Amino acid sequence: MIFPIVRTAVVALRRDRVSLVLSFVVPIAFFSIFAVIFGGQHDSVSKIKVIVVDQDQSRASQKLVQGLVSDGSLIVSTKPAPTKDQPAPTNYTAVSAETAVKAGDVSVALIVPHGFGDHPFSFGGKSTTETGPSIELLNDASDMIAPQMVGGLLQKAAMTAMPEAMAEQGMKYTDQYIGGFTAEQRKLMQANLDRLREIESKQGKGANPASSALGGGLIAVHNRSVVGENKKNPMVSFYAAAIGVMFLLFTASGSAGALLDEAESGALDRVLSSRISMTGLLAGKLVFNILLAFTQLTVMFLWAWSIFKLDFFSHIPGFIVMGLCTAFAVAAFGMLLASICHTRAQLGALSTLAILVMSAIGGSMFPRFLMPEAMQKAGLWTINAWAIDGFTKVFWRDLPVSALWPQVAVLLAIGIVLFLIARRIARRWEYA
Amino acid sequence: MNASLTSDRLAAAGVLPLKVDSLVKRFGQVLGVDGISLKLRSGECFGLLGPNGAGKSTLIRAIAGRVIPDAGRIEVFGAAAGSATARAALGWVPQDLALYPRLTATENLRAFGSYYGLSGKNLDDAVAWSLDWAALQDRAGALTRNLSGGMKRRLNMAAGLIHQPRLVLMDEPTVGVDPQSRNRIFEMIEALRAKGMTIIYTTHYMEEAERLCDRIAIVDHGRIIALDTKDALVHAAFASRSQVLARLEGPEAQVNAWVTEHGGRLVEGTAQFTIEHPNEIAGLLDGATAAGLELVDLSLRRPNLESVFLQLTGRELRD
Repeated sequence: MIFPIVRTAVVALRRDRVSLVLSFVVPIAFFSIFAVIFGGQHDSVSKIKVIVVDQDQSRASQKLVQGLVSDGSLIVSTKPAPTKDQPAPTNYTAVSAETAVKAGDVSVALIVPHGFGDHPFSFGGKSTTETGPSIELLNDASDMIAPQMVGGLLQKAAMTAMPEAMAEQGMKYTDQYIGGFTAEQRKLMQANLDRLREIESKQGKGANPASSALGGGLIAVHNRSVVGENKKNPMVSFYAAAIGVMFLLFTASGSAGALLDEAESGALDRVLSSRISMTGLLAGKLVFNILLAFTQLTVMFLWAWSIFKLDFFSHIPGFIVMGLCTAFAVAAFGMLLASICHTRAQLGALSTLAILVMSAIGGSMFPRFLMPEAMQKAGLWTINAWAIDGFTKVFWRDLPVSALWPQVAVLLAIGIVLFLIARRIARRWEYA
Repeated sequence: MNASLTSDRLAAAGVLPLKVDSLVKRFGQVLGVDGISLKLRSGECFGLLGPNGAGKSTLIRAIAGRVIPDAGRIEVFGAAAGSATARAALGWVPQDLALYPRLTATENLRAFGSYYGLSGKNLDDAVAWSLDWAALQDRAGALTRNLSGGMKRRLNMAAGLIHQPRLVLMDEPTVGVDPQSRNRIFEMIEALRAKGMTIIYTTHYMEEAERLCDRIAIVDHGRIIALDTKDALVHAAFASRSQVLARLEGPEAQVNAWVTEHGGRLVEGTAQFTIEHPNEIAGLLDGATAAGLELVDLSLRRPNLESVFLQLTGRELRD
């Protein structure tokens, strides 16, 4: 008696394409995406982009830079990529490197200061009068991983790329502190060891290495956040945009699905037999969905402001620009999905699949800067990535509205193209 | 309502409310409409009577501009179907409940009124007239999805007429409603007729066509197989003859033999015969007795549109 029930259920499932997609395609798609992000697939480990400014230009500093360049975990730039306007760009300066970090072009910049080559090693974080100036590590506070990795790789580079400098300075220190190993010298050595132990002990009791000097290594590094150092709640703006855009997509596709209800009930036929044309109808739906999405975003950000202290009211112009462009792209995306599908059930399955995939690779679930480079590039095909980048520029980097033009241009282009495709597909509703 | 005056002026100018010429529409291999031609007179109620799938709704949708014909031409008050002029002159009551279920009755009427370009006082007046015409004033603020089936049907009709069209297309407006609501709908249509609106009414209920329509086209397999007034159609098919309906009990083979011998046909267990004079009934009954059949029920009736359809197609209207 059980077998006929199982057989009936199997036949019913086989003919329910929506359930099949939700049962098999969505989990596989998600598994694959997160496996790529977190699974550390070969040749796809995320490399960190670093700008290096060598102000010293000494033999030691050049060796250090070479060591960093040859490290497979870093993409080191000393000058911007050539463009049509600037076919032969000059090297980064401390100022232009800081600007690049603020703009989000790279996560970290290293400034090797003048005089570094005279005393490249700190041997445990002595004062600059004794060891020379520290390397400055400029970072974006939203990326907590990159500065730590670059700091470690910097020490590694010092160990592997600067043996001469290390030996030279070692001898210098030996001569300076130890000399001929007399009783006096031994006493001095012991005093220095004690001092190192004392520093180590202090660092172990709550000193924050990321906030100032990465003093425990061979090279003294001063870590400075150039973006977000004054933010009260650094990741709130990111998640307000990231989660907001994902749910905007769901709302837009659901709202655009009203078109399918109207087609099914015959209301669409009746509307199209009046003075309303299909273009007028779709445009009306688009405007409604834009307003709905923008309102949804506004509520989201106001909530973030009231509860999580997001600095909303200082960024109104940028929010309006990004909000409207995002709402337009999202609304057009919803219209496209609705025009492709024939039933609400189809729309539910397709939108779930498309939106979750877009959100996963577009950075709504996991910051894109932590993803492998290939995934970061793939994310550029999603609305989420461009919207999140734009909102990050506004709320995190405090960039002016004019700096939003790439995101605005792409989102508007996405919206226009998707709407035109939706209009083309909607011809099936126009006439039989 | 100025439909009558406008239609009269156009009629005087020789412009017909509707002219369909050799219309053909295919859906893949299926011929939905097969060369239909017809002309409507101003102010008449024109019935399209036929079974489900005969092509009535396709013809209506083509007139409404929602189906592009493969061949032929449709003119609505002289304008091509689907043109802005034609759409403004037409009111379409589709077979489906083409309404917004989450809107109230008033909101639905206002929405469709605005789609036809009404605004301000014109829209207010049109909504008030529609609610009154459909007897929905008491439920004006009720959500459409909460209305009864009959009320939804009436609202569906009102939404199609909100802009006071000169030609109304009604595609089976009484489908799925109870007899009481059906009578209310008939009264609404008769009110429109009294105002001089030209109406096309599709149905597969011959009683509705008989009650409401001046002329009736019988449609089958995408073609008009007869077109005239009800009386003329019956007369053309039966002249002065009547129909005898008899139910008998007995072996099936003998019943069939008896029906065939007397030139009748069996429809759902009832034998049907056409006779010129009532005294022919005696001959039929004698034959039945001789065949060993027992008479259960016998009736004599004037042929109706269903009889005409059966006569012309060999099938029942409900098939």
